[in-house]
Amino acid sequence: MWPTSVRRLFCLYQRRCKFLPAGPCSKGPHRSSSSDFSQTTHDALYPGHIPTTLLQKSLLAVGSGVTALQNPYRHDMVAVLGETTGHLALVQLRESMRNDPEGFSILMERPRIRLSTLDLNKMSLMPDGSFGREYLCFLDDNHVTPDSRADVKFVDDEELAYVMQRYREVHDFLHTLLGMPTNMLGEVAVKIFEAANTGLPMCVLGAVLGPLRLKTSHLQTLFKTLGPWALQNGRKARCVLNVFYERRWEQNVEELREELNIDPPPVTVAKRSTHRAAEH
Amino acid sequence: MAASIKLFARRILRDFSRNVYVSASGVSTGSTHCRAAQSCRCLSHEAGDRSTHFGFETVLEEEKAKKVYQVFENVAQKYDVMNDAMSLGIHRLWKDVLLHAMNPQPGARLLDVAGGTGDIAFRFLEYIKSQEEKMRRREARAMQTPSWQEISTKYSEEQGAEPQESRAVVCDINKEMLKVGKQKGDSMGITSGLSWVVGDAEELPFGDDEFDIYTIAFGIRNVTHIEQALQEAQRVLKPGGRFMCLEFSKVSNPILSKIYDTYSFQVIPVLGEVIAGDWKSYQYLVESIRRFPDQGDFQTMIEDAGFYCVNYHNLTGGIVALHSGFKL
Repeated sequence: MWPTSVRRLFCLYQRRCKFLPAGPCSKGPHRSSSSDFSQTTHDALYPGHIPTTLLQKSLLAVGSGVTALQNPYRHDMVAVLGETTGHLALVQLRESMRNDPEGFSILMERPRIRLSTLDLNKMSLMPDGSFGREYLCFLDDNHVTPDSRADVKFVDDEELAYVMQRYREVHDFLHTLLGMPTNMLGEVAVKIFEAANTGLPMCVLGAVLGPLRLKTSHLQTLFKTLGPWALQNGRKARCVLNVFYERRWEQNVEELREELNIDPPPVTVAKRSTHRAAEH
Repeated sequence: MAASIKLFARRILRDFSRNVYVSASGVSTGSTHCRAAQSCRCLSHEAGDRSTHFGFETVLEEEKAKKVYQVFENVAQKYDVMNDAMSLGIHRLWKDVLLHAMNPQPGARLLDVAGGTGDIAFRFLEYIKSQEEKMRRREARAMQTPSWQEISTKYSEEQGAEPQESRAVVCDINKEMLKVGKQKGDSMGITSGLSWVVGDAEELPFGDDEFDIYTIAFGIRNVTHIEQALQEAQRVLKPGGRFMCLEFSKVSNPILSKIYDTYSFQVIPVLGEVIAGDWKSYQYLVESIRRFPDQGDFQTMIEDAGFYCVNYHNLTGGIVALHSGFKL
């Protein structure tokens, strides 16, 4: 009977999982409402992990894609889309991280970017033009916080799950490096860069379908200058996951850009005024 | 006191005979899980710490109620949408069947336990309203050629008689679900004859012999001690009152069962994640269905609680079963 075999599989998995190292991704506060359940699942490879079959992943990919298109404010659906479609890209990213000394140290140390791990006071005292200061300005100007990233759930490998989590957390740093605000145009530009740099299908989809929601003036800017610039730089830049950002707060932003082979943005994109609704 | 001892003794004997049956026949059906769980529960009861099932997990009995509360707190806002998505709208037909089997007459008092978002109560009130309409139309037709005698008796009846108002009480342990239900009621404009009460199915906040009909639709499998809920049902019903339970049950047809299992475990949690952003609650839902006793076992449990003329009807091939019993 199906439930008996399922339970037997769970038991086998449970025995295996006892010897796997504990997942790294849970020092910070949990934000999901069902976080209590995740602690009790015995077949999870890391806290928050939900093992899924291929059929479930395909259904999730389609469902989350449709939902994300209909309602772009469902950030959790964008996240799920990324997780269910990104396996090959994640494997490639991990390889690139393993072959790079800085990337390798990130994989070993597993830093997490959360308000609890960042020293915001120290960063505000840094000189103007430093990466830390610029990042803080970005957080303040756009009213965002690094704690709003969803945890990874559907990646069935503990290290790849960390790579995915790292990609999500590095997204804000990319905004800072590229000088893009968090309005729709800025997000699309960053997505184009990420698509070229990481190869994640979710970024490619975002880059292709994001422009559909832009107003005409922004669309023009995107096609004429911003888009080609983001694409070019994404291709030639060093893999953004291979940078240990947490050790480079004092470094000058221009210097960091040069090191990563990123050109400064061709146009300054106005920061979003009040609501995102104003953009549509 | 004596009744509970008798119940306990009967349960031990039943478990013993069932274990013998299982080992003798070697048949593995879904119900052996719950039998095994019951015998496990007996053993752990002796050991001193009582554990029960929460989906496919094992948890302490005290924890189960809390965990179930959290599940429904999470799903309350999207509960109705998810029901439609998961059952492709068929849950409405199941609830309609329940009402038609119930066939309540004007003046009936309903207690809908685990009634949450109020589906059964709303249907009950609408059914009664349509019954009253029918009665009035029938009376109007009959009144077309009355004799003087009939007309005078009719007037005296109308003056003296007070129409018995039907009341529906929705009782649920979860305040979020009741909130959603109340909002639904307000938006539908149904306010009279309806009350919303927070209460535990194992310990109802009502007196004895109060209600004509007790219903529990898709709620009893979430109760930690089902026998206690059944006994409470027995207590609050009037003599002649009816107990009705809609619940997910065992599918006997093997092909349908395979399709149902695949759909339950592969599709439903995905729907939960995409629509409600909550995989785990819907994983619990499909697992809890598998841990619930099958039609025959549940019928026995209802009989043990003291109900008579207990029988069940399978709906949609056994995916859902409607159990009914009377308090005499």
